[in-house]
Amino acid sequence: MNSNTDLKAQLIADFKDAEGKMNGEAKSPIHLVRQQALQTFDQLGFPTIKHEEWKYSNVKNLVSQSFAFNAPSDFSAADVEQMAIPNLDGNILYFINGVYNESLSTIVSPTDEVVILPLAEAIKSHADVIEKYFNQYADSADNAFTAVNTAFAKNGVFIYVPEKKVVEQPIILRFIADARETNVAAQPRNLIIAGKRAEVKVAEAFRSFGENVSFTNAVTEVYVAEEANVHYYKVQNETDQSYNIGTTAVYQEGRSVFTANTVTANGGFVRNNLNIKIDGEYAEANMFGLYIPNGKQHVDNHTAVDHAKPNSNSNELYKGILKDKSTGVFNGKIYVRQDAQKTNAFQSCKNVLISNDATMNTKPQLEIWADDVKCSHGTTTGQLNDDALFYMQARGISKDSARALLMLAFAQEVIDKMEIPAIKEYLEGLIVEKIYQA
Amino acid sequence: MLKINNLQAKIGEKEILKGINLEVKAGEVHAIMGPNGSGKSTLASVLAGREDYEVTGGSVDFFGKDLLDLAPEERAAEGIFLAFQYPVEIPGVSTTNFLKTAVNEIRKYRGEEPLDAVQFLKMFKQKMSYVNIDQSLLNRALNEGFSGGEKKRNEIFQMAVLEPKLAILDETDSGLDIDALRIVAEGVNKLKSPDNATIVVTHYQRLLDYIVPDYVHVLYKGRIVKSGTKELALELEERGYDWIKAEVDAAEVSA
Repeated sequence: MNSNTDLKAQLIADFKDAEGKMNGEAKSPIHLVRQQALQTFDQLGFPTIKHEEWKYSNVKNLVSQSFAFNAPSDFSAADVEQMAIPNLDGNILYFINGVYNESLSTIVSPTDEVVILPLAEAIKSHADVIEKYFNQYADSADNAFTAVNTAFAKNGVFIYVPEKKVVEQPIILRFIADARETNVAAQPRNLIIAGKRAEVKVAEAFRSFGENVSFTNAVTEVYVAEEANVHYYKVQNETDQSYNIGTTAVYQEGRSVFTANTVTANGGFVRNNLNIKIDGEYAEANMFGLYIPNGKQHVDNHTAVDHAKPNSNSNELYKGILKDKSTGVFNGKIYVRQDAQKTNAFQSCKNVLISNDATMNTKPQLEIWADDVKCSHGTTTGQLNDDALFYMQARGISKDSARALLMLAFAQEVIDKMEIPAIKEYLEGLIVEKIYQA
Repeated sequence: MLKINNLQAKIGEKEILKGINLEVKAGEVHAIMGPNGSGKSTLASVLAGREDYEVTGGSVDFFGKDLLDLAPEERAAEGIFLAFQYPVEIPGVSTTNFLKTAVNEIRKYRGEEPLDAVQFLKMFKQKMSYVNIDQSLLNRALNEGFSGGEKKRNEIFQMAVLEPKLAILDETDSGLDIDALRIVAEGVNKLKSPDNATIVVTHYQRLLDYIVPDYVHVLYKGRIVKSGTKELALELEERGYDWIKAEVDAAEVSA
């Protein structure tokens, strides 16, 4: 058997099995979407490094293993204590091995301000909204992971902010992989809809524990209506045995603002796709990222922003600090369509290699069909500045402290973009801890 | 305090210092002058411990310790301070945060308790007056976007905070207009005491109008070829370096 087929075969069998147990739902519109996605997944198969988009991120070791999907866990309120993000107030939803845990979760925002539901429930209660927005933005055509996530779409969250509603409290999604007993996998599927002039902050925080392998394949779709403002955070702090692959697909209408902060503190193998389509004028997309892999950790960020209409802006800043034998990938695509005159698109990716064995691959990709645009991109990969180190040492600061100070200063620019104070402090803590690690 | 004996150093394959001898005692101000490329800045960097230079011979004794054995941060903690010719810009690190870290690491080296925020505030406020430096400058990222004069004032402010036993000013006058020069020099003079010493490395005499040296040494081709008092600096100002070069080169030929 081809090693590529182990996980694939398992997933296809699981799908048929689950389908057989369905009642009426097997004929529902959403299930037809799932069936189609499964077909796409079957045709595509998992990517190999021959696939241009996966050239530096080899999933061979992942797809040759088997996993318990949505495995039961005795993760308890006591464990929550331990993994809680300090001082965090707001709506906090726990998903353990992919499955929503209502008793651990807290929803504080009033329902007239925001609807927060497990996706499975929303499929029933908000069928019309689901039908309109679900699977409209995440493209399965060339992404097997998105396809298979869509095929199994059931777990995850549905967030709906009606027109003009400003959601005061952030919505925090804690995806916990409990790999204490066995290899576990989860495929969260989230749908975030911000109506006209609505404002909301949503964070996905991934955490894994246990000695076994965990695999999370998350897909989040975000619809940002006219003049809406969405802050989106993806925070990853997983074990070295974890695979975290995911796509965030965003659709922006005119005069909307979308800001993504993607921070990878830890994780064995991480692949984040962030795809934004700006389909309105005077909209703004911000993409900020930070990754600090060490050991043999691998972090891959693929971003794409598609300017389809005139007069919109996108700003992108990704920063990486790579230690030991870690590897990083940054691929940043900017499309400016012929109609999208007066687009401003800026992209920057800066990396510091702390060790000679660390590797960073960067690839900016700009495709511009409009002629009156301002676009810039720059990627740098270097080492800590020796002159700066000596300057600090000459003032009595030890070499290790000087290095840590420089790394922290380098990371601070991205950390400062965070607007949820508790998340910012949590990340600062993780980053300081990691930077000071030998 | 400082005894430099036959110090030799090279960078790559290039020998720059070819046997420096110099003794500095507490309370003294020494000026090291010389034409471009004579090794003045190299001497300053070697004393501070820059790794780019390889010391190939000689010794440096600082209060009985072998200075060359110490890491740059240990030298700083022992009381050496180098005011950089080109202070480095460090984005993301504020001057105050940088100096707090420096002060507390030095205190730790000396077995002293760290200072707290209130103590820092008090000390910074007092030292700021020495060089007429503004709090807003100190809150900004270290040297980032500072003018030439602000950078040099910041160097002397750091010196005031760290209270070194031996301050080495490397071309501190370069890039300064006369007003900035005066402020910087006044700062240095205020910090002078019978217990500390200063080495002023400079190409020009004009800084020495403000920081008056007890001794003047001329460095040429990696050696101190002439020593004298402040009158020597005035003579150099008037006659340039050519007559010294001629003397040395003639001696080399006849040797």
